[in-house]
Amino acid sequence: MNDELFRLTINDARAALRKREISAVELTRACLERISATEPKLNAFLTVAESEALTQAQAADQRLAGTQPAPALCGIPLGIKDIFCVRGMRTTCASRILENFVPPFDATVIVRLREAGAVFLGKLNMDEFAMGSSTENSAFGPTRNPYDLARVPGGSSGGSAAAVAADECLASLGTDTGGSIRQPAALCGIVGVKPTYSRVSRYGIVAFASSLDQVGPLTKTVRDGAIMMHALAGVDPRDSTCSARPVPDYESALNGELRNLRVGVPKEFFVEGMQPAVDDAVRATLKHLEAAGATAREISLPHSQYAVATYYLIATAEASANLARYDGIRYGFRAEAEDLNELYHRTRALGFGPEVKRRIMLGTFALSSGYYDAYYLKAQRVRTLIRKDFEAAFNTCDVIVTPTSPTTAFRLGEKTQDPLQMYLSDIFTISVNLAGLPALSMPCGYDSDGLPIGLQIIGPAFGEETILRAADALERSGSIARRRPSAV
Amino acid sequence: MPLRMAEAKISLDGVRHVARLARLALDAQEEAKLQHDLSSILEYVEKLTELELSGVEPTAQVGDAGTPMRDDVVTNEPAADAVLANAPAREGFWFKVPKIIE
Repeated sequence: MNDELFRLTINDARAALRKREISAVELTRACLERISATEPKLNAFLTVAESEALTQAQAADQRLAGTQPAPALCGIPLGIKDIFCVRGMRTTCASRILENFVPPFDATVIVRLREAGAVFLGKLNMDEFAMGSSTENSAFGPTRNPYDLARVPGGSSGGSAAAVAADECLASLGTDTGGSIRQPAALCGIVGVKPTYSRVSRYGIVAFASSLDQVGPLTKTVRDGAIMMHALAGVDPRDSTCSARPVPDYESALNGELRNLRVGVPKEFFVEGMQPAVDDAVRATLKHLEAAGATAREISLPHSQYAVATYYLIATAEASANLARYDGIRYGFRAEAEDLNELYHRTRALGFGPEVKRRIMLGTFALSSGYYDAYYLKAQRVRTLIRKDFEAAFNTCDVIVTPTSPTTAFRLGEKTQDPLQMYLSDIFTISVNLAGLPALSMPCGYDSDGLPIGLQIIGPAFGEETILRAADALERSGSIARRRPSAV
Repeated sequence: MPLRMAEAKISLDGVRHVARLARLALDAQEEAKLQHDLSSILEYVEKLTELELSGVEPTAQVGDAGTPMRDDVVTNEPAADAVLANAPAREGFWFKVPKIIE
């Protein structure tokens, strides 16, 4: 085995662990040392749980040495976005208002990962309450992109993406409400999977916009994404929105086959203002797909141009209701006050950052008396049109391929003064959440500065196997040469 | 797309009203900034008015879970101490709050 164990994929580490070529403790220590070495540059972790991780790794080694077959992720060190409740581990959502919150329970996906034998290295940085596209909205400082420390890793799961790209963990958990797994995966040159809405339980995850939020993995390879998806997906009596459909063995769907795959290319997604290198890389990848036997054809998603406006009314409206619970009474930060009303107002004023306040204000406005029909209800009607665009498109194609983001990683501070410009960096990912569909981002090239470019593959509802199969086949074809990040 | 100073889509009084509904104390500077930001965003979302939406049903939720029912039974272990450990102020087994009734 090489001495850089932290560079392993889940798939390779799993094989080496089962053959007892390496131990879970060795692998976990390698990641912890990597974290110590790279964190001063990246700030991807908000909490590093060294002793807990080593305890879990020791338990994993015992299971691996036992006579029973080891579970799927036995001894695999993961990073967890700081939006997931992990019993006894500080969970801040990158907000001052939850700075000292220690959950007394595990999120369902955390329970599942524990049962699968995973090791939790710690909690990862993000935009406060998952609101942002650059991780600059974290109350605890931004995370930096491992390909260029002057640039953002994307967001909101920016810590989750940077940590995987920099080999601080083998894979991580993220959440995606408007692109928060796929856009940072694209900007950090890794794989990010946003499953179909309702495929993965949200119990124990700090809620942002409940009709849009989904959980998914950020991984080094597509195969690792499939392995993680199998561990995460499935019905949960604690989340009434969670689908009872059986969970397929996603890994067995990875047969390397691209022949006869019908690829839809929406003309609306190749827009003016897109970085030419992004356009070129996506078009080159479409050529590779066709060379491997897929057929590509232009399709139309005519309401795409309304997706950002629709999203920022629906997501903020739902957020304003979800964030009403932060009142300084039962948990979290409480401001000094003379009476209860002042306590609420001051707690929320001091506890929330500017972007969270902006979204609470927009959402409260969109739901308020006299404006509900003109804004919130209208957005819900447009959501129907966006959803139907996709339904019609999937009558003629199996997957839809687009860029994940119109640009590669932008500079820290470049978009912080202009909320709308920041929102538009999610222009290609947002409509997928509105329609509730599965999609992933995978690397498809690099620009002239060496920054990664992401390809988005969208599937029909519960079409995770199809998008994973296509992405894995593309990855294994060797047509996209991967480059390691140069700044760490 | 450079953002010009948007025409005010919401008044300063409107901002104060929404802030009261959202239980957010804002200083004068934040009020002015939010008036500007919300106006820009509301101007942008006006593009939805281009669409003919009569007869289009709203989508509130996607997914196939429906509305499953379950028995109303307690499933979590009692953990009052762990829960109260997060309280900003407590007294015994209660959350402590400022006086609400005179």
